[in-house]
Amino acid sequence: MTTVVAPPRAEAKEPPPPPAEPRHLPRWAWALIVIGVWIVVWAFTKGQDTLTLGAREHTQLQNDLTEFRNAVLASRDTNPFIQFTYQLGEWFKEAVEWCQRMISIPDFPRPVPQIGWLGVTAVAVWIGLAVAGWRIALLVAASFVSFGLFGYWSDSMDLLIVTFVSVSVAVLIGMPLAVLLGTTSRLGNSIINTILDIFQTMPTFVYLLPIVLFFGIGASAAVVCTLIYALPPLIRIAGHGIRSVPSTTIEATDSAGQTSWQRLRKVQLPMARKTIVVGLNQTIMAALSMATIAAYVDGPGLGQPVLQSLFKNDVGGAFVPGMLIVVMAVMLDRTTTAASEASEKAARGRINMRQRRIVLAVAAVPVLVALWMSRFYTWAAAFPENNLGPSVADAVNSFTEWFVDAFGGATEWFKNVITEALINPMQSLLAESPWYVTATAIMALALVLGGLRALMPTVICLIGIYIFGLWHDAMITLTMTMVGTVLVMVMALVFGVWMARRKSVDLLLRPLLDAGQTIPPFVYLIPMLALFGPTRFTAIVAGVIYAAPVAIKLVADGVAGVSSSTVEASRSTGATTWQEITKVQLPMSKGSIVLAANQGLLFMLSMAVIGGMVGAGALGYDVVLGFSRSEEWGKGAAAGITIVLIGIMLDRIARAAANQDPITHNPTRRPWWRSSMG
Amino acid sequence: MTTMTDHEPQGTSVPATDAALAVHNLWKIFGKGGDKILGTPDAELPRPELKEKTGCVVGVKDVSFEVAQGEVFVVMGLSGSGKSTLVRCLTRLIEPTAGEVIVDGEDVTKANESRLRELRRNHASMVFQHFGLLPHRQVIDNVGYGLEIRGVPKKERRAKAAEVVDLVGLSGYEFSYPDQLSGGMQQRVGLARALAGDPKLLLFDEPFSALDPLIRRDMQNEVIRLHHELRKTMVFITHDLAEALKLGDRILIMRDGEVVQVGTPDQIIGAPADEYVRDFTSEVPRSHVLTLKWVMHEPNGDAGDGPVLQADQIVKDAARVVLDHHGPCRVMDGDKLVGVVDDEDILRVVVAEEEAPA
Ligand SMILES: Nc1ncnc2c1ncn2[C@@H]1O[C@H](COP(=O)(O)OP(=O)(O)O)[C@@H](O)[C@H]1O
Ligand SMILES: [Mg+2]
Repeated sequence: MTTVVAPPRAEAKEPPPPPAEPRHLPRWAWALIVIGVWIVVWAFTKGQDTLTLGAREHTQLQNDLTEFRNAVLASRDTNPFIQFTYQLGEWFKEAVEWCQRMISIPDFPRPVPQIGWLGVTAVAVWIGLAVAGWRIALLVAASFVSFGLFGYWSDSMDLLIVTFVSVSVAVLIGMPLAVLLGTTSRLGNSIINTILDIFQTMPTFVYLLPIVLFFGIGASAAVVCTLIYALPPLIRIAGHGIRSVPSTTIEATDSAGQTSWQRLRKVQLPMARKTIVVGLNQTIMAALSMATIAAYVDGPGLGQPVLQSLFKNDVGGAFVPGMLIVVMAVMLDRTTTAASEASEKAARGRINMRQRRIVLAVAAVPVLVALWMSRFYTWAAAFPENNLGPSVADAVNSFTEWFVDAFGGATEWFKNVITEALINPMQSLLAESPWYVTATAIMALALVLGGLRALMPTVICLIGIYIFGLWHDAMITLTMTMVGTVLVMVMALVFGVWMARRKSVDLLLRPLLDAGQTIPPFVYLIPMLALFGPTRFTAIVAGVIYAAPVAIKLVADGVAGVSSSTVEASRSTGATTWQEITKVQLPMSKGSIVLAANQGLLFMLSMAVIGGMVGAGALGYDVVLGFSRSEEWGKGAAAGITIVLIGIMLDRIARAAANQDPITHNPTRRPWWRSSMG
Repeated sequence: MTTMTDHEPQGTSVPATDAALAVHNLWKIFGKGGDKILGTPDAELPRPELKEKTGCVVGVKDVSFEVAQGEVFVVMGLSGSGKSTLVRCLTRLIEPTAGEVIVDGEDVTKANESRLRELRRNHASMVFQHFGLLPHRQVIDNVGYGLEIRGVPKKERRAKAAEVVDLVGLSGYEFSYPDQLSGGMQQRVGLARALAGDPKLLLFDEPFSALDPLIRRDMQNEVIRLHHELRKTMVFITHDLAEALKLGDRILIMRDGEVVQVGTPDQIIGAPADEYVRDFTSEVPRSHVLTLKWVMHEPNGDAGDGPVLQADQIVKDAARVVLDHHGPCRVMDGDKLVGVVDDEDILRVVVAEEEAPA
């Protein structure tokens, strides 16, 4: 045997260098070529075959959908499936109504709910104290008092009730699925993940039409759509937490002979606790935002007064309940975040449990007194009447008038510039080209940007959009989405790079962005409506503001994640700041940038739809009309499906584009089993 | 190093009947269709070629050995040689592809799920390189974890856990959380957790590799002390030869999943099975490991009347006596004369060491 010089080590072996790639045109150049050709063709063919469908016109398929709805409604008493969904809806409704009689509406024969505002506030404050400490208790107290003070006590309570009933059901359904996701094989995982992906790419609005069909309108539909919307983050984040429990710990405890149930209960769940609470936080925030939108299907809560005011273009009237929605969002977000930190501390023995129990027991005494008083004293049962809400609304209205008078020129100018320079040309290109030209151009772009993997879903989605008969509207909505995304990405790049390069900017902006992310999208429409009136542009700007926080944070984190030694190395060669950003930091964080663009697209799409009723028109308007007129239901449903198809198409193209990227697709990543073994 | 002589080296052959642990022809082939490779000529291919051809990796390749009651059996090899896989196969934390693992007369590979749990709970406990403690539990509840999952009532298991915490020298830290302890102390918790269930067999997978050298030495001494007090059978995995020589009654050397040599420390140093073993034992101070048996020579004619030394005495310890005495010393195995040593025999070992590159 020959002398062994170096021990043979399987892992140490270098992978063979990738074959040198032949140089060719970069992808963006190809994309520009495609667009150039498109413009030339458009110049000669515009206005032909645009598949425009008039306001009251329907295609055969849309009529069939309406027929389908009528058939479903007619079979309500015979079809077991519909009976089942209606029964389910009935239970949800009863749960909501029971809670309402407890805290928000008069419980006949009482002229007031069972528990008045003082009692509810006291209990909420006590819960805040118990789960998160006295600071949060103060925040909760202030929030609840403001609900009453501004005259929206019962709408606020209704919103809370819908949110919590939905979240409770979401937890009941979601936790077992999260455990499944966290513990099953890769196959089970990829199935659940694909389903969740589809749900999460669906803009909020789209759930509503089928849900109304199967659950009726009102509280039941509100709970169901909120529940469906709020479920994915919980499953995903909690599942991730369970899956991320270190395999060494699992192995060590397995070696002691635990059953899989013991493993779950004593090891996986406790160790994933913090992540699970984060998932719960996300679920509650999602639920709140959907519960406000559920006002479209007559769901109870603060969304109702906002929506009614928006329909009337009454900015002041929308402002007060909109502000209270923000207050509630901040309260819920802060409370659950603080609760997660507190529970982590408690789990690590950093909190004196005995002392805490005593404090809570003592604090319970005034809570009980408040409860009792709120049942027997009118002032503690119904929030005392005052004029604060209306006067704030008036003040906001006169401020808006003044503002529009003073700055109307500037906002008008801004609106016109963007409209003329971006929206109109793009809309003309997308929507006024013959449909087959646009379709070909989109497919070519998908191929250039994302390769064959993007082309396949694009073709399928385009065929679907064509079939559902709303091609022209779809192209207008697509335009709004694209324009918005461009604006979002401009903001994301500017602010993201700035944040990544300046710690002080990060410290300043991040809390604002965090707060921005917790606000339900609906609320953004209010100030934009005040500034720009009911137009396409309003929806776009609201969407940009809604999508910007996520995108900015993604870019900032991506750029900040570029290894500092690489940046240093480039600096040592004498690169200018501009070169450093464009040649090192941006290319190296391409993955995050593409992800930001993807998120921006989906957020914009959902806002383009919600904005349908404040002048955005197109698909969003078709959907809204579908709620209100039974003969338009089919068209609304077709619009909903078209929106989903647009969402899936954009998502797939963006993902494929990101994966094609040699930088984000990192071949040196170690296989999963190597990273965990010694 | 005095501890070396404290525990008697066992013979190389272990009577099969009362072995605490016996492993026969154990295989583990990672990857899809690993079991189909077994028995085909492919199984004999070197690792990279097999990987290339089938995508499978041989973790453990036809390994057999036996461990006697109360023995400290060390498995050593470089990283990737299959040690962790081997020790995990013993309690089926990794499911072996083929072979037998017999613990206390029972074949582990044939046990059903509940029987296997029973075995893990009562017969074999393991200490891990990365501790694997539960961060949300106090030390005492980490130690009592094994008892808890067996359903021992809280009071009883806390009492037992406190006892073991004491045994590993952690009294006073019962109510700390793992992240408040240093690495060495965390591993003491790991050790205590393994001991709490009072298993007959203790398995260690590179338990001290993640620790600083000084703390590692303390922990090794701790294991030696515990072995003296409790006399448990131990299978100890390490990639550190010094650790293997210090702790092991016998040492099994692995390479690429295969057994290269099994033997007592002095056999490994004195008669390395091949160049591979010779290569990485070359820097060990031989006088610290070899016994007189390895350096003595045949008495030519009369053995003389020099001082009497035992054949299993370490060279280093006997050196003083031999060098002080003029002429050969007698080496006895019990009452029987087996050879003689003189100054030159001793110096050959010691000088060779000094010439070796530091
Ligand atoms: N789960 C697994 N799947 C595939 N190969 C594995 C797996 N676990 C370990 N291996 C491979 O088996 C070999 C032995 O690994 P291991 O037992 O961890 O070695 P050691 O503990 O001696 O460092 C290595 O080549 C490793 O890459
Ligand atoms: Mg190992």
